[in-house]
Amino acid sequence: MNIVKVSQLTKVYQIGKDKPPLRAVDGIDFAVREGEVFGFLGPNGAGKTTTIRMLTGLARPTAGNASVMGLDLATDGTRIKKKIGVVPEASNLYDELSAFDNLVFAMQLYGVTRAECQAHAEELLARFRLSEKRDALFAKLSRGMKRALTIAAALAHRPPLIFLDEPTTGLDVMSARNLRQMIAGLRKEGVTVFLTTHYLEEAERLCDRIAIIVKGRLVALDTVENLKSAAQSKTVVEMTLADANNQVETKRVEGENVEAAARAALAQTDGRRVLAINTLRPTLEDVFVKLTGLSADVMLAEKGGKSLS
Amino acid sequence: MLADDLRGIFYIGLKDLRAYYLKPPNISWGILFPFAFVLAFAIRNPGDLRALVPGLIALTLLFGTSSMEAIVIAFERRIGSLERLFLAPVSLPALLAGKLLGGMVFGLTVTLVVLVIALGVFGAASVNWLLLALAILLSAAAFSALGAFVSVAVKEVFEAQTLANFIRFPMMFLGGVFVPVDSMPFALQVIARVLPLTYAVEALRAALVGGVQVDAVFDLLALGLFAAVFFGLAVNRLARLLD
Ligand SMILES: Nc1ncnc2c1ncn2[C@@H]1O[C@H](COP(=O)(O)OP(=O)(O)OP(=O)(O)O)[C@@H](O)[C@H]1O
Ligand SMILES: [Mg+2]
Repeated sequence: MNIVKVSQLTKVYQIGKDKPPLRAVDGIDFAVREGEVFGFLGPNGAGKTTTIRMLTGLARPTAGNASVMGLDLATDGTRIKKKIGVVPEASNLYDELSAFDNLVFAMQLYGVTRAECQAHAEELLARFRLSEKRDALFAKLSRGMKRALTIAAALAHRPPLIFLDEPTTGLDVMSARNLRQMIAGLRKEGVTVFLTTHYLEEAERLCDRIAIIVKGRLVALDTVENLKSAAQSKTVVEMTLADANNQVETKRVEGENVEAAARAALAQTDGRRVLAINTLRPTLEDVFVKLTGLSADVMLAEKGGKSLS
Repeated sequence: MLADDLRGIFYIGLKDLRAYYLKPPNISWGILFPFAFVLAFAIRNPGDLRALVPGLIALTLLFGTSSMEAIVIAFERRIGSLERLFLAPVSLPALLAGKLLGGMVFGLTVTLVVLVIALGVFGAASVNWLLLALAILLSAAAFSALGAFVSVAVKEVFEAQTLANFIRFPMMFLGGVFVPVDSMPFALQVIARVLPLTYAVEALRAALVGGVQVDAVFDLLALGLFAAVFFGLAVNRLARLLD
């Protein structure tokens, strides 16, 4: 079943009088299936955040429509809001409240009972390794802790659908890893996750399906495997050779399929020893570069992010 | 839906009180400022101190309800936390009412303290309690709605502060706090008639020292109208943030 269904969704910003209007999101169609981790990737300014803002009621679509959990976005906003959790690009809890009070407030607005509020807040703090910071003001937490608490707050009212806008940007290796485990855990619990990220490896590891958006338009939507297959028409094998002096050389050879490529490679050994032959699968990065014309390095540099390890 | 909104109003108000209002500097400032002002006036113009009580109460209400109210929304918008409220299942009028609740509870509490002191000093023999309660409640509503409107009308916190003072300070001198409106030049009287503070002072004066009660009813209606208009304008501005 589709939990989110978007048709011809469009957002046009009027920027300045003499500039042409900006089509931040330009008539996109897609559906998110219940229970999946849906990756929404694209270069900076592609329209990812704008799409999330429209789907969560923070921005009015200029055209097109969408339904969330079978409810019409245009008319059933309040009922949709009860069933979604949102983690914005920037952590935005209340500096003046403690970690615990922030979580409790996040539940109170959704009608969670008092006893349940308290218990679930403690549970979330433990789950995000923040129990020690229970009574610390949000302002006094580290950036990674703020990120984690913002995600915990979005989960507080137990929404079946959660939007995560670059949840791991700016986190250290361990925190990012914890977070990815947490996202994988949500999927196991049956929560649908709408995820944007600039870490392709992260998307590859977590997402069931990935949509790629460029300049407000959807250019691809499929499983990671299918995207990769589509990106590479021929099979490539990589062969490592060593000569009598142990001089090592690595060669890449193409073929119609694995067998043909391997045969072609073996025909080029020139009498050297073959140390290894591997088939080279395209990475999601290859797919991304091909579809967006942008390298992943450029994306990370622009975001000031660190690479994955 | 109504249950969601009522819950939203309550918890948003409570959250604002805990996060912003009940901090020591805010509390002392809210009480001391009107006292200091009226005291300064009384020292320079010694006379019937009792006549200054309605103005003192009105000023306490004005500053108590609006000083924080006028900046909270601009502040949360800048920090980004206002979006948390937009994402909650709460309608915009309820969101704003929650914001007003914080300002009103704080302003009313401070006013109660000042009122008890004033009545302790001057006696409560001639007080019309019903009129007093209505005048205080409606003034608090009008002033906190004014504060909320200021807060959503601008983008930055400092702009909110500037705009709030730009409105409040002239109002202090033209609203009949120190000088009765009737004794002002005609042009200033016209201006005074569009200021909510004028009606607050008049209604409070009627409630505290007796006066023409028919006029007081008119004052209460005016205060209610100010509250409704500022509230409507503020909801309207808030809705535009979601475009
Ligand atoms: N409120 C706004 N007013 C005008 N233009 C806007 C507004 N919000 C976004 N835009 C523009 O819309 C385009 C899409 O922005 P958006 O934030 O959706 O990109 P994104 O895909 O989330 O990028 P990033 O990866 O950098 O987060 C950008 O060109 C941006 O400048
Ligand atoms: Mg973004």
